[in-house]
Amino acid sequence: MTTFADLNKLERTWSGTHGDEPFGKLDLRLTDTCLRDGSHHKRHQFTSQEVEDVVRALDESGIPIIEVTHGDGLGGSSFNYGFSRTPEQELIKIAAETAKRAKIAFLMLPGVGTKDDIRAAQDNGGQICRIATHCTEADVSIQHFGLARELGLETVGFLMMSHTQSPEVLAKQARIMVDAGCQCVYVVDSAGALIMEQTADRVSAVVAEIGGQADVGFHGHENLGLGVANTVAAARAGATQIDGSVRRFGAGAGNTPLEAFIGVCDKLGWTTGVDFLKIVDASEDVIKPVMPDECQLDRMTLMMGYAGVYSSFLKHAGNAAERYGVSGAQILLEAGNRKLIGGQEDQLIDIALMLKAKQDADAGANA
Amino acid sequence: MSKKVTAAIVGPGNIGTDLMYKLLRSDVIEPRWMIGVDPASEGLKLAADKGLVSTHEGVDWLLKQDELPDLLFEATSAYVHKEYAPRYAEAGIRAIDLTPASVGPAVIPPVNGEEHVAAMNVNMITCGGQATIPMVAAVPRVTPVSYAEIVASVSSASAGPGTRANIDEFTRTTAAGVETIGGAERGKAIIILNPAEPPMIMRDTIFCAVDPDADTDAIAESIHAMERAVQEYVPGYRLLQEPQFDGPSDFTQGMRRVSIFVEVEGAGDYLPPYSGNLDIMTAAATQVGQHIARSILGQN
Repeated sequence: MTTFADLNKLERTWSGTHGDEPFGKLDLRLTDTCLRDGSHHKRHQFTSQEVEDVVRALDESGIPIIEVTHGDGLGGSSFNYGFSRTPEQELIKIAAETAKRAKIAFLMLPGVGTKDDIRAAQDNGGQICRIATHCTEADVSIQHFGLARELGLETVGFLMMSHTQSPEVLAKQARIMVDAGCQCVYVVDSAGALIMEQTADRVSAVVAEIGGQADVGFHGHENLGLGVANTVAAARAGATQIDGSVRRFGAGAGNTPLEAFIGVCDKLGWTTGVDFLKIVDASEDVIKPVMPDECQLDRMTLMMGYAGVYSSFLKHAGNAAERYGVSGAQILLEAGNRKLIGGQEDQLIDIALMLKAKQDADAGANA
Repeated sequence: MSKKVTAAIVGPGNIGTDLMYKLLRSDVIEPRWMIGVDPASEGLKLAADKGLVSTHEGVDWLLKQDELPDLLFEATSAYVHKEYAPRYAEAGIRAIDLTPASVGPAVIPPVNGEEHVAAMNVNMITCGGQATIPMVAAVPRVTPVSYAEIVASVSSASAGPGTRANIDEFTRTTAAGVETIGGAERGKAIIILNPAEPPMIMRDTIFCAVDPDADTDAIAESIHAMERAVQEYVPGYRLLQEPQFDGPSDFTQGMRRVSIFVEVEGAGDYLPPYSGNLDIMTAAATQVGQHIARSILGQN
């Protein structure tokens, strides 16, 4: 029988694969995504100064990887997802120049960004290329993984909306990514809809399929308040790379609060290389002033976890609700009914217009 | 009986077979050959049933025949088309290219359908381009468009291995078409593959950036006129909502936004109706083929 002690003895599977780590032996390798998933919360309005300040603070705390990109990945600046205030490539460059130890990661979604964007991100100092697809569509990433490896980038694959598929399907999709050159596949709970056993089952299935050939990671959201709990479950199931955002600064109700998870790791005896006191200070003194407001567990974000809706729909649903005078929560529920996936932000406007037409018709009938 | 030009379809897959059904209804094109490479192909069998000369010996067989087609519809891959395009031209065969090879000029029927009737080779861009570029073009004919962006959502089931392996080519080719044929100064294309069951019908959103005091009534009227123009060859092409106009804001880099929402339901000739993305491709190719046929027949 497996004991807690066994569970807590995690192997660092990436050592040696990715060259010199200036962090010594770690049980878990953390990526902070304030400057990528947080871009949604910030409506993509980061300034160069803010990115520099956040990177410096995270780097000094010992966070080994910092992700910087438009929330929807390279090339995401658009009408559909929101335009960046500062070009993301400029932000990647500033981040790379500021970080002394941390590696800078960037995200790209095939269908939104292109290979040229990957090349530009590397030229600007990005070292880890994270390629995200909906969790049934991994084969659209093959050409991008090929390019990233050819360029000598470290590679990570994101299986988004993992709650929608069985562990077996995820394992098969992870295999496609690994065969294409992916060095770590993340189970991504984009909707914050997974609960612990479901997380563990999915991570275990992916570990069983690709373990020994690639790492497994977990990316959680807080829409049902389970970010840290899910991440602990994922680590116990064999995930060795972990995403989170300090102060939850992310999409939906926010990402796994990284500083809380680091504290939990200290208690469990898992090394992350991050100084808990420093990261808590960074959260209060540096991250908080950059955030427009706190990421909250409220009616809208709870609805996302409950209905299984892509977390970055939050601000767009809110805008459409306000513009057309309809309920944002209803927009999110309908997005869940329609089985919308990441990238289909445009459809939220269609839903709002449909709700408005219905509302107007009802008002007419009652008049 | 009116005179028709003859046509060969190369590639008896989903697209080629659906195209055959459409060409069989044409009053100016007679599809006479279906060319494949796999003797077990279902498309070849269906074509033989419909009275077409079906062969699995490839285009080399076709080019050796005494009688050659007037038109050739390429429904294979960009790689194959690039290789054979010069030989079609040498043989005097007009090629309508449904692959993203981009050998010849790009054509969107209601925008520039008759501009290239004399070209030896025309290209149909991408399915997303056929579905969205008409709507992009509806705006700059009223007021200048500094930037246009299209978001195409298609069902996973209707996205073939070619699209999946070359998704960058899809976005790049479509974005280029948004500029060159749509008439936007700058273009961007986004594609989403959605695996929902039952499969979703193709949906597209077209965003255009226009001057803050552009005439919104005239823009909306032009969009409705374009809907009717596309419906002539794709009856299931429809606006989901009235065009939406949003004022400039910090989040749109000061641009005024026009949003156009469409759905493309296919005719269900061979492919299921949800795959409107494939239907609009074969319907557009049929339109373009007919324009060329009429010019050959001297009916223009």
